[in-house]
Amino acid sequence: MAQLNLLQAVNHALHTAMEADDSVMVMGEDVGHFGGVFRATSNLQKTFGKARCFNTPLVEQGIIGFANGLAAQGAKPIAEIQFADYIYPAFDQIVNETAKFRYRSGGQFTVGGLTIRTPYGGGIAGGHYHSQSPEAFFAHVPGIKVVIPRNPYQAKGLLLSSIRASDPVLFMEPKRLYRASVGEVPEMDYELPLGKADLVQNGSDITLVAWGAQVEILQEAAQKALSHGVSCEIIDLQSILPWDRETICQSVIKTGRCLINHEAPLTGGFASEIAAVVQSECFLHLEAPIARVCGLDTPYPLAHEKEYMPDALKTFEAIMQTVHF
Amino acid sequence: MSDVMESEASNMHNVICDRDHMAQITSTQAVTLVDKQSTSMPMLQLLNPTGELLNEQYKNAWDKKIALKLFYAMHFTRILDERMVAAQRQGRISFYLACTGEEAAIVGATAGVEMRDMIMTQYREQGALVYRGFSATQFMNQMFSNALDPNKGRQMPIHYGDKELNFMTVSSPLGTQIPQAAGFAYGQKMAGQDAITLCFFGEGAASEGDFHAGLNMAAVLECPCIFLCRNNGYAISTPANEQFKGDGIASRGVGYGVHTIRVDGNDALAMYVATKEARRFSLKNNRPVLIEAMTYRLAAHSTSDDPSGYRSRDEEIVWREKDPIMRMHRYLQQVGWLDEKDLDGYISKTRSDLLAAVKYAENQSVAPLTEIVTDVYKDIEPHLQDQLNALRAHVENYPESYPNTAHPIASDNQTGGPK
Repeated sequence: MAQLNLLQAVNHALHTAMEADDSVMVMGEDVGHFGGVFRATSNLQKTFGKARCFNTPLVEQGIIGFANGLAAQGAKPIAEIQFADYIYPAFDQIVNETAKFRYRSGGQFTVGGLTIRTPYGGGIAGGHYHSQSPEAFFAHVPGIKVVIPRNPYQAKGLLLSSIRASDPVLFMEPKRLYRASVGEVPEMDYELPLGKADLVQNGSDITLVAWGAQVEILQEAAQKALSHGVSCEIIDLQSILPWDRETICQSVIKTGRCLINHEAPLTGGFASEIAAVVQSECFLHLEAPIARVCGLDTPYPLAHEKEYMPDALKTFEAIMQTVHF
Repeated sequence: MSDVMESEASNMHNVICDRDHMAQITSTQAVTLVDKQSTSMPMLQLLNPTGELLNEQYKNAWDKKIALKLFYAMHFTRILDERMVAAQRQGRISFYLACTGEEAAIVGATAGVEMRDMIMTQYREQGALVYRGFSATQFMNQMFSNALDPNKGRQMPIHYGDKELNFMTVSSPLGTQIPQAAGFAYGQKMAGQDAITLCFFGEGAASEGDFHAGLNMAAVLECPCIFLCRNNGYAISTPANEQFKGDGIASRGVGYGVHTIRVDGNDALAMYVATKEARRFSLKNNRPVLIEAMTYRLAAHSTSDDPSGYRSRDEEIVWREKDPIMRMHRYLQQVGWLDEKDLDGYISKTRSDLLAAVKYAENQSVAPLTEIVTDVYKDIEPHLQDQLNALRAHVENYPESYPNTAHPIASDNQTGGPK
């Protein structure tokens, strides 16, 4: 097995998908000859030609609108939005079109073949407009799936599943880990199931839930908690929608405590949804209030990035407070 | 030139009024698919690349004082760019974005409007700030994200903003300033101000929906603003021929009923003259004007990319020969306005000012922790006050982990700058 970083694993998945299916096409700003600003689409144009991997004009609403049309026709477009912070001009196309295509036509028409890839998240000194984590906006929209990998193995398997899924998928890539996360990735074509969480670490005192780059923050916090005698179970949600309620709730029933961590602002973040379901499903098993360690309810700052982030120290503090409630 | 433009303008206005109703369109009995040639537009050029004045009528279009102020601002901009690209390479700042090759388009246009006019930019227009008097220290306070940056260190380097200089704070999303410029200009008109809005963007951003919304609204609502497109050939790696198929951006202005002029963006005089006339016309008639400045991004898109991945050195060499600073230099020599010794002195002083400003700015504290929650709303709302209190307690608990806010750098002079 090859050692790849997360970016290379994404690139691998794109090559694999395009190789296996002629109707897969990659489009977006700078994805052609240049291979994308992060190089996720390197060599795709060279290998599969300009007709199947192409630069688009600089217009996100156009990219997703075009991709919706292409998918409705039966192709499998993989549309890249260069940064998740720039997805908003395409919000109408995603929310009102992508997500409702099948429902509004009684199943006659669908854009199920569409995958939208976008790098998200902070920790890279990117300020307001290169750091956002907008997953909760899209999780609020029935009709589109939201998937986030945390390592190269997941990135390849989940991206291949997303491309081949019968539903449109927003595939959000934690750019902080693009080169930082390195791991073994099988050469072969493989898929990982959507809608399933990944149990990262077994534990008995508290269930920690996160996704993407924040999973390693949980691991760091759990390590610190362990030195204080607290055993943490860590779950990577992987699929934000639909999400794996069963795995999370079973874990909380076992541990009696739950902490959710995400980079996005606290209010209206996806942790709120998880907390609501957990309290409803696990009420009699909870020994402490569900904790949320999240970004502040502010735009993502630059000079105060470190202070803004829901880091391992804040997570550790919340673990200890929850355990000693 | 003004009179010619004026009469064309009033004719054009009639045509536009007539043509917004089908009944006024003449008929034809021949099937003709109109192509882009029908809107092919020439480019105003007053100085050729060797600095020669091509039309004697413009001999007195500006005086020595303006020409030299503009020229020195172009130099400042280039030196700033060189210094900051190097600072980014050294890891002193996280990001930079140079305007090398486009100085004439930006500084020339800025010189063509008045200080009271609002400028809204994309992000590559630091030359506009230079011309308006933004100092080396002000640049560095922004780029080092310190407490003295009026934007409080919240944004990435190059996202300047200065209310006093009528320079709207930069926002990274592309083209969002275009419809805002139309609205701002409408406000200026309604308030009876003797001012317009000058809005910059690139040819890539002109693909965004906001460009189309902005131009159409400015035309329909009769807004006194200038839309200035820097057509520099590339949107990061994407060349203009993969961005659009029409006759540049200028042809779109005509389509929206916006008076339009295409200008050699490497010719400071042409940019100055065209912008000055656009301003006069716009303010007098309450109409938007579109200027397409044909130029070339000699720099990388930003410090995050390497242009050798998408364009040839030969192509860059062709454009280096059209360098706007060199052209202006030759022109100033020819008209006898250039004092080489004074210029050399200015260049070395600018270099040392910038160096001193870097040293000063990088040793200032970041804004105090409270500023993380201010300005989200006018007042700190209760939920944000709670979050700030919790954060402050946490930082005090782990001061070594949050050194920037737990132990601010003590500074003896938080309001001044290097002398």
